[in-house]
Amino acid sequence: MDYQTGFFYFFSAVLLFSALRVVTSRNPVHAVLYLMLAFSQAAAIWLILKAEFLGLTLVLVYLGAVMVLFLFVVMMLDIRLEAVRKGFWRHVPLALVLGGLVVAELLAVLWTGFSNIQAHAVTSTSSGLVGKSNTHELGLLLYTQYLYPIQAAAVILLIAMIAAIALTLRHRKDSKAISPSQQVHVNARDRLLVVRMAPTQQAVDVAPGAAAEGAKA
Amino acid sequence: MNLTIGHFLGLGAILFALSVVGVFLNRKNLIVLLMAIELMLLAVNMNFVAFSHYLGDMHGQVFVFFILTVAAAESAIGLAILVLLFRNKSSINVDELNELKG
Repeated sequence: MDYQTGFFYFFSAVLLFSALRVVTSRNPVHAVLYLMLAFSQAAAIWLILKAEFLGLTLVLVYLGAVMVLFLFVVMMLDIRLEAVRKGFWRHVPLALVLGGLVVAELLAVLWTGFSNIQAHAVTSTSSGLVGKSNTHELGLLLYTQYLYPIQAAAVILLIAMIAAIALTLRHRKDSKAISPSQQVHVNARDRLLVVRMAPTQQAVDVAPGAAAEGAKA
Repeated sequence: MNLTIGHFLGLGAILFALSVVGVFLNRKNLIVLLMAIELMLLAVNMNFVAFSHYLGDMHGQVFVFFILTVAAAESAIGLAILVLLFRNKSSINVDELNELKG
């Protein structure tokens, strides 16, 4: 057993343990933290598979952005754990049977069908490029053959951003925020009313008390 | 004993099954459901990367790249809907989300 195999087993064990804790932990914050651990172990396994760019992307994009987003949302929401945890263990037998079925089927298909594939010495693309770095090869493919799909992926990200902002945006009724455009385009007569009136005016009698006060003044 | 593709495929299978079990256990907690979906996508990506390495074909890694993009978009919109839901109903219990029931 070489050191690569040992590292694979170590990373796999931590990955599976943290995945188990993600789905069974009581506190959602702990679940998110275990999910971060799981993703970091998966990135390490991808490094064993010589997919360096994807492994680092997983760390940067998933651990750095998506999981922090999860953490923000989990901490922002005030979840009543009792209601959510009610009946947690009721479906365990069914879940275990289905999980075992999934594992058995996947292993039956994948193990018997693909276990005789031997590792290629050098990862080479279909265009026959050999000896380039993983990032170089991925970039060559992405920006030639997959140019239109990558533009579509960019549009998907843009749409996701607009949708997320539009969904969570709300106008508060009690907000005292001013609109800059309204402020710039205001006219003087909207703010100030000039009333033309004579310099002196005779007091009018409205009530006896008011007339007496006017006489005193 | 050297690493074969079976090791990685087995790891992906077990990871996928664990997240399926997670969907069953946490069927009331929407946040953990989203996390289980992320784990499933990770298991599928693991298979893609393993095949890409052992077949010497970079197209599998390109596919993983696109899956990561779509998964990021999905989780962003999912969390936005979750926040909206919590703001309106003060709960993320899946059983209480029955307003579309006729």
